[in-house]
Amino acid sequence: MEKVGIIGVAQTRYRRYNPASHAELAYEVTSKALEDAGLTIDDIDNTITVCNDFWDGRTISSMTITEATGSHKSPTTNVEGDGTYGALMGLMRLLSGLHEITLVVAQSKISEGIPSVITNAMFDPIYERMLGLDAINSAALQMRSYMAKYGVTEEQCAKVSVKNHKNARANPYAHLPLDITVKDVLKSRVLADPIKLLDTSPVSDGACAIIMARGRTAKRKHAKPVWIKGVGHCADAYHLGDRDLAEVDALASAAKRAYEMAGIRNPLKQIHVAEVYDAFSYMELMWMEGLGFCDRGKAGAMVDSGLTEMNGSLPVNPSGGVLSAHAVQVAGLARIAEAVLQLRGEAGDRQVDGASTALAHGIEGACGQGHCVFILGK
Amino acid sequence: MSVRSEELGNTGTLAYPSRIRLPYTWHAGKVGSRFYQEIKDNCKLWGIKCPKCKQVFVPPRETCPRCYCEMGEWVELSGTGTLLTYTVTRYAVPDIQPQKPPFALGIIKLDGADTGLVHLLGEIDLNHISVGLRVKAVFRDAREGNYLDIKYFKPLKARTTED
Repeated sequence: MEKVGIIGVAQTRYRRYNPASHAELAYEVTSKALEDAGLTIDDIDNTITVCNDFWDGRTISSMTITEATGSHKSPTTNVEGDGTYGALMGLMRLLSGLHEITLVVAQSKISEGIPSVITNAMFDPIYERMLGLDAINSAALQMRSYMAKYGVTEEQCAKVSVKNHKNARANPYAHLPLDITVKDVLKSRVLADPIKLLDTSPVSDGACAIIMARGRTAKRKHAKPVWIKGVGHCADAYHLGDRDLAEVDALASAAKRAYEMAGIRNPLKQIHVAEVYDAFSYMELMWMEGLGFCDRGKAGAMVDSGLTEMNGSLPVNPSGGVLSAHAVQVAGLARIAEAVLQLRGEAGDRQVDGASTALAHGIEGACGQGHCVFILGK
Repeated sequence: MSVRSEELGNTGTLAYPSRIRLPYTWHAGKVGSRFYQEIKDNCKLWGIKCPKCKQVFVPPRETCPRCYCEMGEWVELSGTGTLLTYTVTRYAVPDIQPQKPPFALGIIKLDGADTGLVHLLGEIDLNHISVGLRVKAVFRDAREGNYLDIKYFKPLKARTTED
């Protein structure tokens, strides 16, 4: 693959009830990403927005932020999915050879809607939607399925929540930095057993932007471009009952593609930091397995060993992850932005020393139906 | 039309609460329609079988997600099955929920089918549900041709005091 570099990143601070409008959030990260890249809006020759009409409460929502992203009167396209898929489309634009510098902008204000009502609408209106399924209780079905098949415990899932909220304390963008214990998680209010409040991610508003450029342009424009070494994506079946919810085959397939492109044979050794889409505590464990960091069913033991802690050999979600800030459409793109900061050595108090290869991961659909994996390097 | 504005703390900015009203009619298609017709008229659950991989899918759909071919062979199911996973929803979202919480949901592998069916669990002790539980479908008396014509799945054997 021709070289493509990420030369600008920006995030808002994530919070509930951000009084800014959608356009104001989009403008904040667009202008900051341009500043980070040392560019002006005139340098950008195409834009990808990441908007979802249900979350935004209006149809063709992407067309309402063209001015805020500086993309009116220029080639702009929307991706209705996780932000990692926006980055994927941005990469494709550059690989087409038709563009030199792509801006990718994701913004979400989850506090403006009612998340359960919106996530209920992802289920088949002819079949399961009437059951009151939403992101939380469908995830509970998956967590139970995973625990039943592999003997993973609620305590092991709780450890992920403790770790990520602790990591968030070193991330100035995080919504929910917390000093909590496993006991706090286990004793938090049961929402849909086995999922408790502290197993879930917060209702966050926020935005993220990245700027990508073709090889030579990236080198010319930025002192520390971060290179896209590999990418892979894959989706599983739609109906929950068609899938073995304890398994991560779609993610394994996405990871395999990304690893092959990046020349990664031993992910646990060759990847130094991972930012994964932990919308619920148990998800981080399952995604570890799909990414090949351990065998199926063994991620609980891996977390017990401390390997994924900040001082472990593979820190996972140094940013605090999605558990600490979940502006839905934005969350995967934020994983990429965080990975870029790690590789530049600009991650502040959450920096993983010496990281030269990083993984960023996004999901979409119920219970991680689709996955997108990026491998980034210096 | 009146618009209520809410001031957000001391930010001096306003927010406008409203509601999106969006009537919509979904067509169930040939396969979904037949599935519901059988439930409505005969209280029978039918799956659909792939001619290639021989897997039986329920709820039925037109194409096999594994072989990518059309499925046409209907298979009558007994309405009994095994619980693969479950949860008890304990938070209230009246706009979407079919009943007041707490209520139980599960994925049931029906006997004779190869996929799971997501549905409500009823006539069940919410504190004593377990994976592997044998359950059977209970149908609503007044059926309308939709997913809730199956009232819920209940345990095949009632729990005894010794359990």
